Amino acid sequence: MTVNTGTPLVEMRNISISFGGIHAVDDVTVDLYPGEVVGLLGHNGAGKSTLIKCLSGAYQADSGDIFVNGEKATIKNPRDARSHNIETIYQTLALADNLDAASNLFLGRELLTAAGFVDQARMEAETRKIMARLNPNFRKFQAPVSALSGGQRQSVAIARAVYFNARILIMDEPTAALGPQETQMVAELIQELKRQGLGIFLIDHDVHQVKRLCDRASVMKNGELVGTVKVADASEDDLLAMIILGKTPAHLAA
Amino acid sequence: MSDTKKISKTTAKPEGLISRFMSATELDTRLIGMVGALALIWIGFHLYGALVNGFGAFLTPRNLWNLSVQTSSIGIMACGMVLVIVTRHIDLSVGSLLGFCAIIMGVIQVNILPSFLGLGHPLIWVIAAACGMLLGATVGAFHGWLIAYRGIPAFIVTLGGLLVWRGAGFLVARGETISPVDSTFALLGGGPYGAVGATGSWIIGLIGCAAVVFGVINGRKQRTKFEFKLRPVWADTFLGLVGCATIIGAVLLVNAYPWPRGIVRRYAEENAITIPEGGLFISHGFAIPVLILLVVGISMTLLMTKTRFGRYVYAIGGNPEAAALAGINTKMMTVKIFAIMGFLAGLSAVVASARLNSATNALGELDELYVIAAAVIGGTSLSGGVGTIFGAILGALVMQSLQTGMVLIGFDAAVQRIVVGSVLVLAVYLDILYRRKSK
Ligand SMILES: Nc1ncnc2c1ncn2[C@@H]1O[C@H](COP(=O)(O)OP(=O)(O)OP(=O)(O)O)[C@@H](O)[C@H]1O
Ligand SMILES: [Mg+2]
Repeated sequence: MTVNTGTPLVEMRNISISFGGIHAVDDVTVDLYPGEVVGLLGHNGAGKSTLIKCLSGAYQADSGDIFVNGEKATIKNPRDARSHNIETIYQTLALADNLDAASNLFLGRELLTAAGFVDQARMEAETRKIMARLNPNFRKFQAPVSALSGGQRQSVAIARAVYFNARILIMDEPTAALGPQETQMVAELIQELKRQGLGIFLIDHDVHQVKRLCDRASVMKNGELVGTVKVADASEDDLLAMIILGKTPAHLAA
Repeated sequence: MSDTKKISKTTAKPEGLISRFMSATELDTRLIGMVGALALIWIGFHLYGALVNGFGAFLTPRNLWNLSVQTSSIGIMACGMVLVIVTRHIDLSVGSLLGFCAIIMGVIQVNILPSFLGLGHPLIWVIAAACGMLLGATVGAFHGWLIAYRGIPAFIVTLGGLLVWRGAGFLVARGETISPVDSTFALLGGGPYGAVGATGSWIIGLIGCAAVVFGVINGRKQRTKFEFKLRPVWADTFLGLVGCATIIGAVLLVNAYPWPRGIVRRYAEENAITIPEGGLFISHGFAIPVLILLVVGISMTLLMTKTRFGRYVYAIGGNPEAAALAGINTKMMTVKIFAIMGFLAGLSAVVASARLNSATNALGELDELYVIAAAVIGGTSLSGGVGTIFGAILGALVMQSLQTGMVLIGFDAAVQRIVVGSVLVLAVYLDILYRRKSK
């Protein structure tokens, strides 16, 4: 188990954001250390996706600060996030359906030839390489991703987040559409990336999965943070109680 | 992004000859359908003329050469419309913008520049054309800004533009026709002098053939390098031959259309040439506006298929939210796309007013509809994300062929509109059926 000393990789302090009067995220503070997986839990609409979108640059928080490696970071758009080595797998996957896997994987960061043109052949070759690792059954390299199954699409989104040597990885329900075998592969991938020292925010409704993969879990309810607990100390029932009742059990409250 | 590549992997099933041909050449069925439709239109009009009027005037060098010139103006704008429609927008203002640019260019080269530079100064046409295109790009960028940064739907912005720019053109010229344009400028519209002649056409044709051969060979090299599946040699050879044959056919065609006798006589007198017994045969060759369309088509195809910009255009069309999350500045892209559209409308204005040798207030009227129709008939999907430059140019050729054909066989304007309108609806319906099937 990681010992969380030193500077956290990411710290989101007192983040608030509202949409037309609804406090989607209300004064939430979470942090993440290198080599750590932090689970984000909560019922539907609790504000998990909205919180991490503030980190990935999709939204800008109304108030609150983000620190990367202890330094205050201004993340105004997805490009800023990427430049801090933050990669995101969105719940909606965020794929351009009309483009093939390689074009999606490199979207916004296309490989170029010496002449400055998009190097489709090299991008496809790179895509084949990474997919061989993530999803060896994947064959449809030339088809637009609209022609792929839900799981195949998800593996493209995962490949995109992993390919660019992220230091901070955000995974919003990465296994929602995956079969058992593929889910297992993602679990192994998470453990491998963790060993490499990445910090991972994992949003997942499967408490069992969270128990298995995460070091800490932060639970949200109605936009507010219920609490953050060490997963090793909490049972699955404890986590469920936090999600449903919105209270940290007495024996875990630090 | 052809779907046909997938088929080639299912080797177990015995395939029909046609589907094997299609998968080996990786040709798009839609493309073949369009070429087929074009052939049908051409032959149909020719036969109709031959049977009913006693003279098939369509498949003659003269008519096809004129057709190529007439297609240029719409074709140039259709290239830009592809970008606009692919990103789920529309531009209804291109016809009016064309008219406005033409009038401003007319004023510049007829009323303003001659008094500074002297009539017929060699810089006049350059400055006028540059101003027209710059004006188009600026107006386009302004439209794009209103759409992207002020959130006004493209339909409304450009519908407003349709009225505003037509009105502005009228105000500037007080409704008068401005003519004649600068004599060098006029060459950009085609005509006997505005064409490159036999030798020039052969040079262009041979360069084209060389490019086709290079493209095929380079494609094989790339695929070998990354160990992708190669097309069979016969398929590549076939594609190369068809490409070269088309180009050489086009050269032979434009060279088969001679200058009219009057112009030959004047030309001979000016250059002290004695005209031999059977008359002097001077070929037109490719018209300059056609070459402009060619350059625009090739540049825009490169832009759309080989650059990041083009990638982003398709990505925005496929999923605007995903494009933004991938770090693409989608608002700035919208401004740029409309600026390109405006630039091409300006270029089209150069061609159209040069061809007419004047700038009139009615120039470009209804062009927006023909341009949109050309793009859509050429396979650009109104729901966004799909469309090719080549298809749009082919679409422009189809539209113009219909138009020209109906004029040739003597349909009146009312019937022409009915036919063009019906064809547009039919083409989109066929497209929807095609997409549903290929899904
Ligand atoms: N763009 C938006 N505009 C308006 N309201 C929004 C927007 N995005 C999120 N919300 C609201 O914010 C709240 C939190 O949504 P969020 O997507 O973060 O939930 P979540 O915890 O990810 O839920 P789930 O488990 O269903 O994915 C919800 O009430 C949602 O309706
Ligand atoms: Mg969510």
